[in-house]
Amino acid sequence: MRKKLLEIRGLKTTFFTDDGQIPAVEDIDFSVHEGEILGIVGESGSGKSVTSLSIMGLIPSPPGKITGGQILLDGKNLAAFTDKQMQKIRGKDVAMIFQEPMTSLNPLFTIGDQLKEAILIHNPKWSKKEAFARAIEIMKLVGLPRAEELLKDYPHQLSGGMRQRVMIAMALVCDPKVLIADEPTTALDVTIQAQILQLMKDLNKRLNTAVLLITHDLGVVAETCERVIVMYAGQIVEEAPIHDIFTNPKHPYTQGLIKSVPDMRYKKDNLYSIPGSVPKPGFIKVGCRFASRCEFAMERCLQETPPLFEMSGQHKSRCFLVDEQEVVHHDESVIES
Amino acid sequence: MAGTADIRKEAAQNRAVGPWKEGWRSFKKSKISLAGAGIVIFFIVLAVFGPLIAPQGINEQDLTKRLLAPSSEHWFGTDDFGRDIFSRIIHGARISLWVGFFSVILSVVVGSLLGIIAGYYGKWIDTIISRVFDIMLAFPSILLAIAVVAVLGPSLQNALIAIAIINIPNFGRLIRSKVLSVKEEEYIVAAKAIGMRDIRILFSHILPNSMTPVIVQGTLAIATAIIEAAALGFLGLGAQAPAPEWGKMLADARIYLLNAPWTMIFPGLAIMLTVLGFNLMGDGLRDALDPKMKS
Repeated sequence: MRKKLLEIRGLKTTFFTDDGQIPAVEDIDFSVHEGEILGIVGESGSGKSVTSLSIMGLIPSPPGKITGGQILLDGKNLAAFTDKQMQKIRGKDVAMIFQEPMTSLNPLFTIGDQLKEAILIHNPKWSKKEAFARAIEIMKLVGLPRAEELLKDYPHQLSGGMRQRVMIAMALVCDPKVLIADEPTTALDVTIQAQILQLMKDLNKRLNTAVLLITHDLGVVAETCERVIVMYAGQIVEEAPIHDIFTNPKHPYTQGLIKSVPDMRYKKDNLYSIPGSVPKPGFIKVGCRFASRCEFAMERCLQETPPLFEMSGQHKSRCFLVDEQEVVHHDESVIES
Repeated sequence: MAGTADIRKEAAQNRAVGPWKEGWRSFKKSKISLAGAGIVIFFIVLAVFGPLIAPQGINEQDLTKRLLAPSSEHWFGTDDFGRDIFSRIIHGARISLWVGFFSVILSVVVGSLLGIIAGYYGKWIDTIISRVFDIMLAFPSILLAIAVVAVLGPSLQNALIAIAIINIPNFGRLIRSKVLSVKEEEYIVAAKAIGMRDIRILFSHILPNSMTPVIVQGTLAIATAIIEAAALGFLGLGAQAPAPEWGKMLADARIYLLNAPWTMIFPGLAIMLTVLGFNLMGDGLRDALDPKMKS
């Protein structure tokens, strides 16, 4: 097994609003291993982005705040870091790319200016020439042609795909250990999507950068990830290697998600959708958060909160339906609810 | 093949068009704004090369030639001390533009700094700064200027400071509101995500992206500042005699309005023309730089 690079333990991020304290994510436990691509999928509002922003220390505060748990990077707890300490981590150890390449670049400066700035932040002793050389190098690495000319361009002169490549270049310029990609292909059209995903896979292999890929697209996950975490209403509901999630999903929510993907082989008039909608964060206090939409819901699901059951083959599911025999008991406290 | 070479050349010229260049392109299209810019440049030339252009010195008196009507010798006539009004107006351009530019620069610098702090850090510091701005805006501006001059003592320099002070809240509020929207932009979060420090984000990302309305407002404010300086001069609280300040010239000529109207008309025209120039230019800049006006 590869070394754990980033470990999240019991993360809880709360938003303090006029309507009271609303926990956006709770009990988040997972780790990212060296050089792997880990996917996080879930609907809008399931807490994917809050989780990634919590890792970066970029939760808008106020109203948000990390109220529990640990974020361990090489044994250091980022959740306890001050903003000053985080500035040294961001971009250098953990970098992030965003959904909207159209608005993620400053419109007033050239690509070159912004790339050089990103380089010089973490290498303040470098000369402008060295930074320029590195900028050219990284532009070539992310597959941007005519790097010298592009560096003189302004963001509005580039296409969406090119801008996303620039964003990836900017994120990778200081060789981060972990790259968090928050829906990096959602705003791009399908052909460009495939290119960007391929690029991220290539870079992951060549640079051994671990990637945390956040998406709501199961197709993207199937194409790129080795392991997947499924999130629902601020919790992890299932975690499994990529193959198992599609062939043997354990949680009814994951099953529903997979069923909702249109299948090209059959002609159907209506697409399947999970009835109901995601409950508001903090609305369900007791019981399984998916119970109201679950076709298998039992009495027990409304009264007890299911823990994340661990099964063989690194498969975890937050559902009572998991067969008792499948559960791996290496620690009694894990399954106690 | 020559055709492709031409296309390449053209493409190369179209490359790297920064937002400022693009702004200039659309500014050029409006004849009226160009006329405004022309007037402004004309007065700037007068202000810079005034002593070389003016036929007479500021205070060259000739009491035998008092209150002469405009003629080929004295284009704008003479005043009660026999001084050439044309020469005095040319010299006066320097005073008015100096007050206009520097009072605005002063209020832009102070106002931007306060506005940025209020907008970016928010919380109590925003409340304090914003309420102080509200209080300042509650006074009629000329009254506040008079009060400031009354405290500092009447002189051109103090008039400049007074005008700068009364303009601070305008710029402060403008920048604050712009910062509030710019700081939510994704590229600011992206800049944070690569580890940029707050101060750097403020000055290299937020400030430049908040400057457009300030440039527009600043140009228009120069016009108002010139009027306010003239008003203070007229009230005897600005430039002191014998400085050829246009407002002061108006005040001095007041009693000759009926028998020597040129003593009032020309300084008045000078004020009007400069203000018109800055206003036209400001409107043009607004059309060119404000994306909301582009439809």
